[in-house]
Amino acid sequence: METQIANITVDVNEEGYLTNFAQWTPAVAEAIAKDLNIMLTPRHWEVITYLQNEHKSDSPLSIRKISKSGVVDIKEFYQLFPNAPLKAATKIAGIPKPASCI
Amino acid sequence: MNEFNGEVRKMMIILSKATLENVYAAFVLANGARMEGIEAEMFFTFFGLEAIHKGKLEHLHTATVGNPALHMPTLLGGLPGVEALATSMMKKEMEKIDMPDVLEFLDILKASGVKLWACKLAMEMFHYKKEDMFDDLDGIITVGDFYKQGSGLGTHMLFV
Repeated sequence: METQIANITVDVNEEGYLTNFAQWTPAVAEAIAKDLNIMLTPRHWEVITYLQNEHKSDSPLSIRKISKSGVVDIKEFYQLFPNAPLKAATKIAGIPKPASCI
Repeated sequence: MNEFNGEVRKMMIILSKATLENVYAAFVLANGARMEGIEAEMFFTFFGLEAIHKGKLEHLHTATVGNPALHMPTLLGGLPGVEALATSMMKKEMEKIDMPDVLEFLDILKASGVKLWACKLAMEMFHYKKEDMFDDLDGIITVGDFYKQGSGLGTHMLFV
């Protein structure tokens, strides 16, 4: 379905994840983050860029992957994106919610 | 319904067994809770203590006797080496699906904010000392302490 995020029309699924990454912009990310009560810092952007690159190379995301990323450790990941970190971070990054159980 | 509209806020997971499949089930449930923004605490009791015992946690096995889901005759399951074989097969499959080993999983749980508690009574029964156990344990507590940890609305308890 279509919705307006940061004055841009984007396609999202029922959980609010972008379904077309081409529509993603940093402004969209800022708006989704704000909605999740997260203020994006340079550290957040490093993680977001990492997640987007992993997604581009079709590499499935999991918390174990994060721990081996060399970009962020699990503890900091939870601090940057409190509550459900991988769900929040992928939503902000404009990529699908990971379906992994680990 | 309570004030959180029945939402799960905290999972209190009790692990009483040391077979690989039970340990992983409990770990996946605890990690899965954190990944959904749900608090999680684990209580290791009786044989479950082996999952946090430094000398034992890397040598946990899959049960081949009394485990009908393996579809193996009970007599065969009891033969020497069969349990080790089944365990190594299981570990290979787990590696394929990117499942961490027990020690790495404990580190992930700890870093994710899962509280890890050892049961005082079982520690005494098995003559285990604090130094024998996983270094980042949150403590050795009684069942009463564990219930206290779980107080509050939206807490669920699970026994594995």
